[in-house]
Amino acid sequence: MSVIELLEAAQIRDDVPVFKPGDTVKVHFRVIEGQRQRIQVFEGTVIKRQGSTSRETFTVRKQSFGVGVERTFPVHSPKIERIERVMEGDVRRAKLYYLRGKVGKKARIREKQRSHTG
Amino acid sequence: MAAIIGRKLGMTQVFAEDGARVTLTVIEAGPCPVTQVKTPETDGYSAVQLGFGQTKPKQLNRPELGHLKKSGAPPLKHLHEFAPGEVGEGLELGDIVTVSHFMSGEMVRVTGVSKGKGYQGTIKRHNFKRGPKSHGSHNIRQPGSIGAAAYPARVFKGIRMSGHMGARQVTQRGLQVVGADPERNLLLVKGSVPGGKNGIVIVRPA
Repeated sequence: MSVIELLEAAQIRDDVPVFKPGDTVKVHFRVIEGQRQRIQVFEGTVIKRQGSTSRETFTVRKQSFGVGVERTFPVHSPKIERIERVMEGDVRRAKLYYLRGKVGKKARIREKQRSHTG
Repeated sequence: MAAIIGRKLGMTQVFAEDGARVTLTVIEAGPCPVTQVKTPETDGYSAVQLGFGQTKPKQLNRPELGHLKKSGAPPLKHLHEFAPGEVGEGLELGDIVTVSHFMSGEMVRVTGVSKGKGYQGTIKRHNFKRGPKSHGSHNIRQPGSIGAAAYPARVFKGIRMSGHMGARQVTQRGLQVVGADPERNLLLVKGSVPGGKNGIVIVRPA
């Protein structure tokens, strides 16, 4: 491994759960307000994962008071308390930018059906 | 106060304590043996010469090898002279400067040879404005007027024109040292540094 890869490997968190675009996640994010620290939850659909190793980021989209809100987090950020996967989505592409043009029922993503025989 | 010669390895980012991402350049710096100490008595001025980049003896010619032999240094590809105030006091022939001389948070300036851009027009090279793209325009990326006519009947020296861009010495000042790893000879500097990967850079106090 190159020196830069080693430096990046040292930044990687090993407690990041498996999640992919289309999944619904809850991101528990530490917010520092002056002296106080609290945890803010951002729940929405993952519309992309971008980058690799410690530089990887993911974008979560949600509807807030009728307005589409997107927020991008570094996957390995120490500011993230934890990531909770609420639902596994069934999607056919890696970047779900098509959701930006859709609201309500059209912006739904089917839940992935897992066969119980396997 | 320290100065060192190094090789740019590339850029990456790390998370700071507060979770913010810090973009940084990784420099493989040193170990740099002192190859010559110049004094006003012998050379007319004071300076300290450092070397970097071990190589095979056959890569150097005999005068170069003879010069390095005086200080007992191995065959080195790169030599650079520093003012005594830049490298710190009391360096003797044969001393070795490493990244452990650098402190986290210290401000430095980094000199390197910028990436060559080839022959470029005035828009990219000197930030000229372009002409209109439509309405029959024929001067989209033309440089415009370079002077008057019958008087002075010549183009003044120093008029900015198209030409070769980049591949010249550039110094980036006011960079902060984020960390140093003496085991792997690494120096981490916040922000970007002139030149491409594997370019030779000189780190001096800001």
